[in-house]
This record gives sequence, structure tokens and C-alpha cells, in this order.
Amino acid sequence: MESSVSVTGQAAVLDRSNVDTDAILPKQFMKSVKRTGFGQFAFDEWRYLDAGILGMDCSKRQLNPDFELNQRKYQNASILFTRENFGCGSSREHAPWALSELGFRAIIAISFADIFERNCIKNGIIPITLSASEVDRLMFLVRTSERFIVVVDLAEGLICPQKGEAISFDMNESARKKLLRGGDEIEYTLGFYDEIKEFEERRRQRLPWLSGQ
Amino acid sequence: MPSTLYDKLWESHKIHDLDKDEALIYIDKHLINEVTSPQAFAGMRAKSRKVWSESSIVATADHNTPTTDPEAGVSDDLARAQIDALDDNLKSLTGAEYYPYPSNEQGIVHVIGPELGITQPGLTIVCGDSHTSTHGAFSALAFGIGTSDVEHVLATQTLALKKSKNYRISVSGCLPAGVYAKDLALHVIKRIGTAGATGHVIEFTGEAVRALSMEARMTLCNMAIEAGARTGLVGVDETTLEYLKDRPKSPSQGLWPEAVHYWTSLNTDEGALFHKSLALDAGEVVPLVTWGTSPEMVVSVTDVVPNPGLIDDPIRRAGFERALTYMGLEPGQRMQDLRLDKVFIGSCTNSRIEDLRIVADLVKGCRIAEHLKQALIVPGSGAVKRQAEKEGLDKIFIEAGFEWRRPGCSMCLGMNEDRLLPGERCASTSNRNFEGRQGQGGRSHLMSPAMAAVSALNGLITDVREYL
Repeated sequence: MESSVSVTGQAAVLDRSNVDTDAILPKQFMKSVKRTGFGQFAFDEWRYLDAGILGMDCSKRQLNPDFELNQRKYQNASILFTRENFGCGSSREHAPWALSELGFRAIIAISFADIFERNCIKNGIIPITLSASEVDRLMFLVRTSERFIVVVDLAEGLICPQKGEAISFDMNESARKKLLRGGDEIEYTLGFYDEIKEFEERRRQRLPWLSGQ
Repeated sequence: MPSTLYDKLWESHKIHDLDKDEALIYIDKHLINEVTSPQAFAGMRAKSRKVWSESSIVATADHNTPTTDPEAGVSDDLARAQIDALDDNLKSLTGAEYYPYPSNEQGIVHVIGPELGITQPGLTIVCGDSHTSTHGAFSALAFGIGTSDVEHVLATQTLALKKSKNYRISVSGCLPAGVYAKDLALHVIKRIGTAGATGHVIEFTGEAVRALSMEARMTLCNMAIEAGARTGLVGVDETTLEYLKDRPKSPSQGLWPEAVHYWTSLNTDEGALFHKSLALDAGEVVPLVTWGTSPEMVVSVTDVVPNPGLIDDPIRRAGFERALTYMGLEPGQRMQDLRLDKVFIGSCTNSRIEDLRIVADLVKGCRIAEHLKQALIVPGSGAVKRQAEKEGLDKIFIEAGFEWRRPGCSMCLGMNEDRLLPGERCASTSNRNFEGRQGQGGRSHLMSPAMAAVSALNGLITDVREYL
């Protein structure tokens, strides 16, 4: 995973609460054994007018003009504004894989579902929570501008919109460190190899019935 | 200091404090399915990494497997490729327990684990599936993870985790006739919303929870994720021990007393602190049915479709309006007037033998409504299927007009051939009524197995209390 120190880019708005991971990446596209190829199917049932099939060429498909992320000005967006409980439901990491491929590097919401937030961090997408009033205000600015650029500075914990003052945001320390550090998390954990082995051995002795399982 | 059950599970698996809000946690059991694991195994191969503990793995194919005659093979090439990939990935892991499709033990992993006695109190259990919370009914710390975490557990037997907060939901009294654990779960979600327990682990306590069977507790913990919780928990009691006794993977007779001694310590201490608490009266719970596209969009079966015009918050109102359009409903319509196209009885929420017995009692000697296009009963596992057949339940179902299928996730998420077509309305015992969940354009109404059974007979959403 690449480190995510800061993101500068066009913002987009998905003004809905409770967007679930079934909506972000419908299950018919989870039949792939690969980690890539999901971006074109992100929000498939909202984004296109026809039914999608894994492996099809999406460039010729008819877009749903009523889906707000289909607006021309959002096409190169890398920062997504949305509302409460974003990413609820299924634990599928295919959802953040799809969003990442679609170009999103940071998601700013009122709240996130736990598993989705964790999956975002694993993929270098910065999940940021702001108050409802701050999200409202920023969504209004993004919507009413032809092009609205936002800088997310993770090290400083600041969101700097192209208009108005910078807004500070909180993120738990471990998540922030992970995003800043990037790299191979498994490698990092294997640094505790001996401790894990010792823990495992102690556990085996204390709970002997587990060994026979 | 007094501890909650969750605190005890956390502390007993903590290897190392990584940060003030994060620790390295040991994982005892790793459940693996065909859909969320192939990329994790590929990642292991790419880095030439070895699986840390083969014996921690329990694997089966459940998400996209056909529920029809296995001799016909898997006609969907993409599904076949995922099932084959699981076969390949498990081939070299001789220490793992693998129940391949279409073996006798294959089925929904959250049904298999408990019935084999693999799910035990005090364990940490993870799976690339959000409904892993089901196992919390046994005082196991069990939760869903993404594929990167699947790979991390394969390689290190650990996860770096942020500790959740404690949320106690205590339920006094007893559930009225015709009201089940599924209704209690939906009642909780109706009350606190689908994000109500985000960042928390819910412990369900109180006499109404104590009175539930293990199967009903599994239904309750299964749906904790739909309230936003990391997982659900129920403390160990006699019901837990009774269920675990003599299961194939339960501790041997010699080690049983020692195990029981430890397991019974897995309860919240008197005076332990919870970040949030909610007290409910089971006597107030009624049969519930969802009307919309989120489990929190739920009303009493005797109620009408709500009117978004009465909601002040514009975002919430827009969500309701969108759900009404998707579901093809008008405000004020009686839920009981809604005509069904299909009925689905199954899923990790409600496909255990107790669920099937409840259904059989209600449909015995009756026929499902003529106009239904399909009424599926999909047992959760091979063992559930065999037990149901031993009791003659399959004949009752078939005579009533249901299709009796092989085990799997089936129409809960519609990854196999069992799914809704656009516009079809379904009474479903599953856990999610999201847009497109059971098939693109499909309209799901979540309810208890008893309600789904009588709804199938009537062809309309129906109050089970009229049949008692």
C-alpha cells in the first residue's frame, strides 16, 4: 500500500445516507478472483441504465443521467463527500477496491460503518469524519462550483477547500499512522513473530482442549 | 476492576499494545469462503508466504454454490472458477478443515461452525463475511473482515485492532407468542438505527435473552451487524453448555470440566461499565416486517407504509422517498395487503433446524398461494438438511408447494441462480433488504421464518399471530 500523506483534487458529492457496500459494488461483480477491474462497476445499479455483467466493456453503456456522480464535473474527482453510515452492510473489500479504481483517495462523511472504514485504510483511502453542519456547508460549495478543489493534509489533520478556511479533522492515531506509513502491514506484524509464537504457546497450555479441535 | 464480557475476550487475546487505541489481537479460528478469499491466497503466493496455522482454518463454499442437484454441476463459469480456486487453495493445507462443494457437510459457514462445535466460548473467530457476528451467541469474539485482513490472518494469525466500545442491550420480560428472535433483532434496529451501534460491540442480556435457545441467540447476534455493531455477544450459561455438549469438535470428556470452568467465567462482571445501555421490554415486541431498503425501515406487520411527508429531516425524507419508489409502494398502504411473488426461507440468519421446525408446524397440510412464482426453503447446512429429512419436514414442505433445496447462502445475496427478477416482491428470512441485494430490482421484505411461512400460504404479507 502506498502512503497517503495528502490528496489534492476535485471533490464530488453523493448526498445520501446509509450507502451500503452492495450499492457501491453489487455482488454480481464479486465473482472475480482478482483485486482489480471493479472501478467500472462501482455503483453499477445507480450509475448505468442497463444491467452490468462482469467482464463487459462499460465504455458503451448508457449512463443514468439522474445519478449525481455521473455529472461531467465530477468525472476526475478524487475526494468524495457523503453522509452518515457510508459503507454499511457487507464486509466486501471489493467496495473500496472499486472506489479506489474510480479515483477516490479520500472520503469525507458524517460517519462510516466500521468494517468499511477499516477496509479503506487498508487500501490507502483516507476516511474522514466531519460534523453534519460542516459536511452540509462543503457539499453546498462543491455543488455550486463548476470545479471545486480540496486539499486533504493527513499529517496536519486539515481539509483546505479552495474557498474558505481550513477545517481540522480528528482521526484515531493508529489509523493516521497506518495511512502515513503505507507499506506492507503483514511485514510489519511479522516483526512481532516471537511474541506471537510465545502467546500461542501459552494459550495452548492454558486452554488444552483447543489443541484437540 | 469489573470487566465486561467483551473486555475479557479482548484482554485474553491481546499480544501487544501497538498504540494507545490499538492492539495486536490473536485469532483462534479463521472461517474461509470462496468469494472473499481468492485475492488473499494470491497475495500470499505473490510474497511466498506460509500460512501461520493451518489448523485454525475452517473452509467451505457457500456464497455462490447452486442449491439444486449437484450432479448438474456449476453452470456459472465465474462461480465455478471461484469454487475451483478454493479447492486449489485448500489442497496444500492439509491441516485445515475443508468442507468442499458439494460434500455432505458443505453449507453456510456460520451454520456449520456452531453445529460441529468449532464455535466455542472464549475464541476469536474471523471470516471475510460480515455475519460472522453470529458466533457471538457463544461468547466468542467473532467479526467480519475484508480480504486484506483475511490475508493478514493467514500470514500472522493476528489482526491489529482498535478496541470497540461496550454497548449493553438488556431485554426484560418474555417475547409474546408469534414473536421471535428475528423480531427482537429488527426491534433493536428500529429503535437505534443501522448506525446505532457503530464503533461498539453489543452484549445482549436480560431474562428474555436468557430464555432464547442457542439458535435464536445466533439469529440475534447475526443481525447485530445490521445495527452497525462490530459484533453481538451473549454470555455463557446452561443453554450454551447444553448446546456444546457432545458436538463433534467439543472438548473431550476428560477436558470438558476444565473447559466449562473457563467458559462460565465468560460473563460480564457485576458493576462493569458500558459506554451505552438500552433497556427493552420483550413484551412490547411485535412481529415486524421491513418496508424499505434498509433494515431500519421496518414497521409492525399490522402497520401501514410510512409517509415521508411527515419527516422533518430532508435527507432522511429523501431516503424514504427513494426507498418507496424502489419498493413500488405508496404511503399509507397496509403492509398486509402487499402481494408477494416469491418467498425465501434460509440464510445464516434463519436456516437452522429450529427455524425449519417452526415453518413446518405452520404449513403442515396446507398449500402455498397459487400465484407465487417460487417459494424456496434452503437449509443452512448438510446436517440441518439431514435432520429435517429425518423428521419428515422436507415432505411437509414439498407437499405444501415449497422447493426443498441444498444448503448455501442462496437468495440472501443472489450470487447463485436463486434470485429475484426486477420488480419481484419477496418475503425473506434473510438479513438485508438493500437495493438489488436479492437480485437487481428485487424488492425484499425481511421477517421471521414464521411470518414468511404464513405469508407463503396467503400470498400476501401476513401476521403469524392469526395462525396461532
